[in-house]
Amino acid sequence: MSDISSKFAVGVNPFAKKRSGIADKLIMVVLISCASVAILATIGIVMSLIFETIRFFEQVPITDFLFGTHWSPQTAITAEVVGSSGAFGAVPLITGTLLISFIAMLIATPLGLASAVYLAEFASSRTRSIAKPLLEMLAGIPSVVYGFFAALTIAPFIRNTGATAGFEISSESALAAGIAMGIMVVPLVSSLSDDVINSVPQSLRDASLGMGATHAETVRKVVLPAAVPGIAGSLLLATSSAIGETMIVVMAAGLAANLTLNPFEAVTTVTVQIVTLLTGDQEFDSAKTLSAFALGLFLFVITLILNVIALKIVNHFREQYD
Amino acid sequence: MLNNSVESEQKMSEFEKTLDENGPIIQAKGVEVYYGEKQALFGIDIDFQKHQVTSLIGPSGCGKSTFLRCINRMNDLVDIARVEGQVIIENQDIYSKDVDVVALRAHVGMVFQKPNPFPKSIYDNVAYGPRIHKTVTSKDEMDYVVEHSLKRAGLWDEVKDRLQEQGTGLSGGQQQRLCIARAIAIEPKVILMDEPCSALDPIATAVVEELIDELRERFTIIIVTHSMQQAARVSQKTAFFHLGNLVEHGDTDQIFTNPQDDRTENYITGRIG
Repeated sequence: MSDISSKFAVGVNPFAKKRSGIADKLIMVVLISCASVAILATIGIVMSLIFETIRFFEQVPITDFLFGTHWSPQTAITAEVVGSSGAFGAVPLITGTLLISFIAMLIATPLGLASAVYLAEFASSRTRSIAKPLLEMLAGIPSVVYGFFAALTIAPFIRNTGATAGFEISSESALAAGIAMGIMVVPLVSSLSDDVINSVPQSLRDASLGMGATHAETVRKVVLPAAVPGIAGSLLLATSSAIGETMIVVMAAGLAANLTLNPFEAVTTVTVQIVTLLTGDQEFDSAKTLSAFALGLFLFVITLILNVIALKIVNHFREQYD
Repeated sequence: MLNNSVESEQKMSEFEKTLDENGPIIQAKGVEVYYGEKQALFGIDIDFQKHQVTSLIGPSGCGKSTFLRCINRMNDLVDIARVEGQVIIENQDIYSKDVDVVALRAHVGMVFQKPNPFPKSIYDNVAYGPRIHKTVTSKDEMDYVVEHSLKRAGLWDEVKDRLQEQGTGLSGGQQQRLCIARAIAIEPKVILMDEPCSALDPIATAVVEELIDELRERFTIIIVTHSMQQAARVSQKTAFFHLGNLVEHGDTDQIFTNPQDDRTENYITGRIG
């Protein structure tokens, strides 16, 4: 009798299980539990934000928070002290955040896009292999370093320049923080945009070059228009990271909740206020402390929305050409 | 006024045809291409006649596409590619130093393997070439060029009511005809086609093949194809490439019925390829 016939002998299941599969199941359980930790942590954080925010809105009306123009969270410990009520109008914080993010994007958009276009289209492969890692190193610098760069270099420079021109500029200004933050997000914009530009199919470039367009015309009239949705996505992602940035603004933008659009004045942001509200000893039932959770939730919702829109745009763009 | 110009254009083309039938428009002399160390083409000598369709056939990797891309210097875009020898178009060596590649490509258009319309409107796709070369200035004239080019590409009736829609939204065959319309909008003398039907279904292929035959009236066409039936259907001349060499070229009928070289015979009978 040959081997084959013995294997398929009557009554023997040729497809019988040979391995128990316990190891496979064990690995799966380990993997799932690791993945769940991250998910559960996220859910937990969001839940705590929501519950504390609800507690905050029990003490302060939501309309005061969203539309109030005065932010002064100091509540008195004893009832005799004047001004014990505190004011929780988030509008100055939101405008401060938007002002600084706007300045940052004003800096980061042209710098990031220009370097992306250069790297993706014009740089030789040698230059690219040196310049791209260097640019991405900017992303590895801790934001606290940018913070003191902003506070100790940019801010005095702006103040001195202003002084020689006859303007009074405070040493903490939205401009200084915005510039530092802009430089910080340049690598984000450039590396995302670089990916997007590279994903524009070569066939489109060939078509344009094959018709006698110059390289610059091809970039301007074919590659960039085709890459616009993806570039918009990368700018939104950069904006959301600028909105969430904390260290730079803590160090360079100040704590004064001024409602202003003047970039030379000190402003404060949502993130800075959360930091100041929660550092030091705090009682956990006062409106002052709870307001940090409301601000946190607000920030979370804004950046979530921006990220979702940005990722949608970028993914849609990828699908279009795959 | 517009009708007049069409008529005069037609007269001109008839005139050019009778005038040029006897002279080659393109002459390749000892063309060699290297990709880094590797030599991809060996001493190619061939003439192309005006108002004829020439097919370049041969097995994959034989250098036929590489050769095609020498004719409008698309190989310049490949960093490691180096071209030697001469390609003479209308008495001018296109590899000489004083030749502007941009001007050359305006005279030698190209249609690619995969339809590659720009993600712009149908109108803007066709208007792209005239705009960058500034051959057309007024809006009326541009409308005319777009309509005329789409008509010659046999696409006008299908798209005339939706010129502002995206070119990428058309079917594959329509996209390829749009690319042909885009190429002819700048009135090149020569159109190079790199397997223009390989991404199309049989019906769209038949339409494009018919179009190629019509375009011969005004343009000189060189087409790379994997399909010997296609070469036999659309071309008057055929050149057979094998391993970077031009093995044989001549009238299409002769190549397919009475090939002189064993390798050609083996290829067209399906023994190699």
